[in-house]
Amino acid sequence: MSNNTTSSFGRGRCYFKVVDHYENPRNVGSLDKTSKNVGTGLVGAPACGDVMKLQIEVDDQGKIVDARFKTFGCGSAIASSSLVTEWVKGKSIAEAMTIKNTDIAKELCLPPVKLHCSMLAEDAIKAALQDYRVKQQDIEIEAVKASN
Amino acid sequence: MVADIVVFIGLWLFHLCSLLAKEQTGIDFSTFEFSCIQHSGNSLDICQYVGYLMRNNIFTELIKSRALEKDELRPLYMDFQATTPMDPRVLDAMLPYQVNYYGNPHSRTHAYGWESESAMEKARKQVADLIAADPREIVFTSGATESNNMSIKGVARFYKAKKNHVITTQTEHKCVLDSCRVLEAEGFDITYLPVKSNGLVDLQLLEETIRPETSLVSVMTVNNEIGVMQPVEEIGRICRSRNVFFHTDAAQAVGKVPINVSDWKVDLMSISGHKIYGPKGVGALYVRRRPRVRMEPLQNGGGQERGLRSGTVPTPLAVGLGAACEIAQQELEYDHRWVSLLAKRLVQKIMSEVPDVVMNGDPEQRYPGCINLSFAYVEGESLLMALKDVALSSGSACTSASLEPSYVLRAIGTDEDLAHSSIRFGIGRFSTEAEVDFTAEKCIQQVKRLREMSPLWEMVQEGIDLKSIKWSQH
Repeated sequence: MSNNTTSSFGRGRCYFKVVDHYENPRNVGSLDKTSKNVGTGLVGAPACGDVMKLQIEVDDQGKIVDARFKTFGCGSAIASSSLVTEWVKGKSIAEAMTIKNTDIAKELCLPPVKLHCSMLAEDAIKAALQDYRVKQQDIEIEAVKASN
Repeated sequence: MVADIVVFIGLWLFHLCSLLAKEQTGIDFSTFEFSCIQHSGNSLDICQYVGYLMRNNIFTELIKSRALEKDELRPLYMDFQATTPMDPRVLDAMLPYQVNYYGNPHSRTHAYGWESESAMEKARKQVADLIAADPREIVFTSGATESNNMSIKGVARFYKAKKNHVITTQTEHKCVLDSCRVLEAEGFDITYLPVKSNGLVDLQLLEETIRPETSLVSVMTVNNEIGVMQPVEEIGRICRSRNVFFHTDAAQAVGKVPINVSDWKVDLMSISGHKIYGPKGVGALYVRRRPRVRMEPLQNGGGQERGLRSGTVPTPLAVGLGAACEIAQQELEYDHRWVSLLAKRLVQKIMSEVPDVVMNGDPEQRYPGCINLSFAYVEGESLLMALKDVALSSGSACTSASLEPSYVLRAIGTDEDLAHSSIRFGIGRFSTEAEVDFTAEKCIQQVKRLREMSPLWEMVQEGIDLKSIKWSQH
């Protein structure tokens, strides 16, 4: 990314972090939401101007092997969700639950007016993990029923 | 080789002149730095410099020096509703009044005052001619915000005893709405009229809302966010027939559409200098004399400007405003044709390549240079960030200090998610076709990229109706 362009949003190293995630977002895309290893979290509302969809693929040992996101939101929202997908890869489910919005905000140096973007990213990962857990429970219930 | 010799001689002449200049004026040209080469400028170095130029190609050095002056590329300017660059002809008109003819126009006793006063009166005539008014009806102010404050508060307070109702619309500029809020706190009754979904005022509703206690109706001519042009002639007719004063904030309309305050039956009109390629910090207020509009002045003092706005009139700024108005009057038709052409080009290009784009505001009753487009499923601030080589503005919440989307878009009934997705393109006198083409292409490219990243676009492609989803609140 060239350092020559100016923008109305001001300059500084933290700004470049957000712009970097925004211009070269990591892990944009979708996973197969019907697969039993995939948890999908959809948070936010178009009326609020922020919607994040975060998907995680978990292997049989409970480790997150892949994560994808799609976001409708400002540059900070896109950067927050991109960062979260980077962080959860390789973590176990329990570790991923500990990701806090304050860590995201500190990493990207979000100003106070943009803190809600990091909060939404935290909600998104928690929603994805919740969805995965619910899916696993349903599978266990099916297995128990089938064996009876 | 001949060219090199000519430049050599020219540089020697320049060196001689700089020595002379140093004697006469004290300005030392020897400390000038040429941006392409560090050069201290005394006579020995001139020779070395010329030798350098002759060894390398002179012309490439000249070209390089131009490019190296700035180490940054500035974005294209497509935000003409926010402000406009000053026309060089306006600057030419203003300069003598900054350094030479610097007298106070209200000084009666000496030539400095007389010449400044005559410049000010000439500027007053130029402003009046643009709107078909009498020069005695123009009051110079510090801008359209002050003009709006003066007219709304001044007229309302003057007629407070018998009339305490003021009517305005929900899409007015913040200064008008805030002035009305202050009046409400003083005990006035304000009606904020809703607008139709195309941004225009409902004339039937306006007629019904006018009461015997109404003193003032304020409706802006051209909206600064969506560009719609209100039916001012009809509103003027209604107000005149009901004996109510009609104020219009014409900051975005003056010099861009033909205005005639008598045909329009307008009693008060706000004019802004920096929206018509004039200087910032000056504006004007048209106050009708027949029938007389009475108002309480907001700024008291020595009684300048018919007692309505005391304070020394800034002669250079007033001269600048006058020059800008005269130029606008001469070039009004040409500018309008040019801006319409570019606007049509931009909109057609974008809308033909990108689906699900909505133009906010009435497509016919508008000033073509202000285009507000909503790109569905893409958020406004992220698109602005993507279009970082173009200076634009957005009606999205993220770019305002609060998290609320633009109140104008909400007033015209735009869906909240579309209000978050809007971008305003401003085209003006100095816009070029190349700028418009670049903007359109960049916009198309970035909207496509952002839609790939958008979960809403993905859901719509899968055939899901977004209105049927129960979204989580946070």
